[in-house]
Amino acid sequence: MQRYLFSRLLALVPVLLGILAVVFLLIRLIPGDAVQLFLGTQVEMTPEQMAELRRFFGVDKPIPLQFLDYLGRILRGDFGVSLRTARPVLPDIAQRLPLSFQLATLALAVAVTIAVPLGIVSAVARNSTFDVATRIGGLLGLSIPNFWLGAMLILVFSRYLHVSLGQYVPLSQDPLGTLRSLYLPAFALGAAIAAILMRYVRSSLLEVLGQEYIRTARGKGLRDTVVMLRHALPNAMIPVITVVGFQMGYLLGGTVVIEEIFALPGMGRLVLQAIFQRDYPVVQGVVLVVALLFVLTNLIVDLLYAWIDPRIRYA
Amino acid sequence: MRNRVAPIGLAIIAASVLVALVAPAVVPHDIRAMSPGDALAPPGGRYPFGTDEFGRDVFSRVVVGSRISLVVAFLSVAVAVALGTTIGLAAGYYGGWWDAVSMRAMDIVFAFPAILLAIAIMAVLGTSLFNLVIAIGVVYTPQFARVSRAAALAVRSLEFVDAARALGLGNARIVWRHIIPNVLAPVTVQISLSLSLAILSESALSFLGLGTQPPTPSWGNMLSEGRQFLEIAPWNAVFPGLAIMVVVLGFNLLGDGLRDLLDPRLR
Repeated sequence: MQRYLFSRLLALVPVLLGILAVVFLLIRLIPGDAVQLFLGTQVEMTPEQMAELRRFFGVDKPIPLQFLDYLGRILRGDFGVSLRTARPVLPDIAQRLPLSFQLATLALAVAVTIAVPLGIVSAVARNSTFDVATRIGGLLGLSIPNFWLGAMLILVFSRYLHVSLGQYVPLSQDPLGTLRSLYLPAFALGAAIAAILMRYVRSSLLEVLGQEYIRTARGKGLRDTVVMLRHALPNAMIPVITVVGFQMGYLLGGTVVIEEIFALPGMGRLVLQAIFQRDYPVVQGVVLVVALLFVLTNLIVDLLYAWIDPRIRYA
Repeated sequence: MRNRVAPIGLAIIAASVLVALVAPAVVPHDIRAMSPGDALAPPGGRYPFGTDEFGRDVFSRVVVGSRISLVVAFLSVAVAVALGTTIGLAAGYYGGWWDAVSMRAMDIVFAFPAILLAIAIMAVLGTSLFNLVIAIGVVYTPQFARVSRAAALAVRSLEFVDAARALGLGNARIVWRHIIPNVLAPVTVQISLSLSLAILSESALSFLGLGTQPPTPSWGNMLSEGRQFLEIAPWNAVFPGLAIMVVVLGFNLLGDGLRDLLDPRLR
């Protein structure tokens, strides 16, 4: 396991460097140079002052050297300074991160809670009316835009059910309040993932149920529930775990859209606001943090997978 | 069930493409015509889907909005297919350093959540139809690279490829005659599924104000505008969303059906 962990960590290095390079180069794609961008169009400056500022920001150096500077700053935890508020970017992101992370996690929990039971029943009662209905429901779930589902939930809950959604309350203050403010957004975000997971649970379980060892277990007289709980489900769930890991990216990205529609003050709204204010260091910071989170969750899922299924470690 | 749903998917797509093609000629109202007297009129009568805050016909705008959604989806997936299959075919067929480098590059693109990467690209490039196509196209490139690489890898060491090489055929000819036909099936399935994701991405970006800009109607920006009147005029948000759902469902049905048809392992 330690060797596997080491090799996985080593494989991460080029990906992490690549992510940093993309985030660094993102800003270079903007027409015009960084100093001009910082100053806007109102400020009059002599060429000497401009050159001075370029030296100050370090943008007078060649791009590879600037990238090394950038790497060094990121490693020291310096994610730059907001062009609008002049505050360091990282603390602002750190303050907004918990909401987005809780929203994504809750959405995943909602998705798993819906998908696993439905997928299991669907596989066991293959081709029944229930199975067909769930599969159609799954296809619909995949096709509904999450922000539209969010808007419809707001409409139904506030206009027809007269349920107020409430403001976001930090988890440390009132966990129940957090849940109350996030369950609808989490459902809107998790519905598509529930549809995807359900299909995987169903097909994975169907595959396992067709294996010889299931027939053996039945043949030696085990009851159906025992066959299912001890032999079928544990093996069927293993591939599902990897799929869950991949969905974390969708969930973290989807928070941007969902936070906007539910007016939640998370990282997504921070990045949108920054985009419209052309506050590029904040945009860079959020994109980097989310990509790092995504890579980290995938690493955890990979390790979990290897821990559960020894065949991966020794392959 | 699946093989019966593929034709339904195809029918939905064909119908929406037809609607998009003839849209401007057949819609009952000019999509820019404002009639303040009819602002936020509920569905019915002259306005089957109601009107928006400027008194513009929601039905006409939903119908015409199909053009942007479909054009952006088809073009961006074309970009993704062109980039992705070229990278993937070269990686799978030649292997070696190109395989290693290009696949790591694809891993890096994959490491960003799709919608966030598209948002970041749009933020940097600025909003235009061209940039929208590039942003969504780049985001969905890795899928095509992986799918075509895997398919090329699976056939490159088979005997008929060796035979072709023994006959003295060049690489270009081998790839064109023997590799590409075998890559076509999985890529076709991926195209259908990516089209559904591309439509969702375009509408999400337009919803956030980073995609199609008003007054050009797109389902995403209509939803964004309609959201302000959600309580008093829900039709402004309901119908564009339904339109997205129906078209995306069409591509998902087709993609599922094609996968069952072309990938015998899943039967």
